[in-house]
Amino acid sequence: MTLTPFDLGIVAVVALIGIGLYGLMVLRNLVKMIIALQIAAKGAVLALILAGIASNQLNLAQSLAATVILVDTLVAVIGLALAVQLHRTYGTIDLKMLVSRREQPLERPG
Amino acid sequence: MFVISLVLTIVVCTLLSIRTKHLLFAALWLATSNAAVAAFLYALGAHEIAVIELSVGTGLVPVLFVFAVSMMGHLSSVPTTSVSRPLAYSLVGICALLILFSVPSLVSTSPPAFTIGSFSHVLWEDRGLEMLLQIVLIFAGVISILNLLSASRRPAVVRTREDTSAVGDDQREFQREAV
Repeated sequence: MTLTPFDLGIVAVVALIGIGLYGLMVLRNLVKMIIALQIAAKGAVLALILAGIASNQLNLAQSLAATVILVDTLVAVIGLALAVQLHRTYGTIDLKMLVSRREQPLERPG
Repeated sequence: MFVISLVLTIVVCTLLSIRTKHLLFAALWLATSNAAVAAFLYALGAHEIAVIELSVGTGLVPVLFVFAVSMMGHLSSVPTTSVSRPLAYSLVGICALLILFSVPSLVSTSPPAFTIGSFSHVLWEDRGLEMLLQIVLIFAGVISILNLLSASRRPAVVRTREDTSAVGDDQREFQREAV
């Protein structure tokens, strides 16, 4: 049994999307979550290209993959800017600590 | 053999970028993984997208991560979980099975009846309106980031219960002294 590049591509897609989903579920650090999102998006790009090869529409798949890369980069940039802002405001980027600090009730002085 | 080594590099680098504690090292492993993905795309014959992936995934995105981490200070993530690991493993396994079961239907798809032009023709003429929307999206992203970073210049104070009670005590002491 010989593995073609297409078969190996399927293995890479499953690995990338699986690791990305696992990271999104398990991690609590915002920057690490954005990294996990990037990994899952790379799996989606690879899946698009493989679908283009399988259906003999590689150029269309490449143009769609360019859109996915652009949107993924924008999501990462905005997520990182939000993480920087949250770190300046609350001093942490840990999701659980952020939620606990948001839920602390404020009392009226006096 | 080259393609097998590329796939192994992709899997190992992505695992290391998720598992490592230091955020800078995680960004560097992500850059290595993106470079391997770009080389794999080139090996598959998608040359244009491989170049875009190499310039964006290996050039721009790691620089952004390093910039953000340096703005926040050298942080390291604590290895904690928000979802129990068995549940995460089972959900990832279900997703992998779904992808693997959908592959045969993908491969058996018949080739299209119409011919498709070159990459530049598809990108700039067939999908011209979408490209204009993407340019608008880029400008919106840049403006939103500038807003976020300029808002961070104002000093932000988080008032917790201890802070507010301390403020209340100070005010009471000030009123007592005034009387």
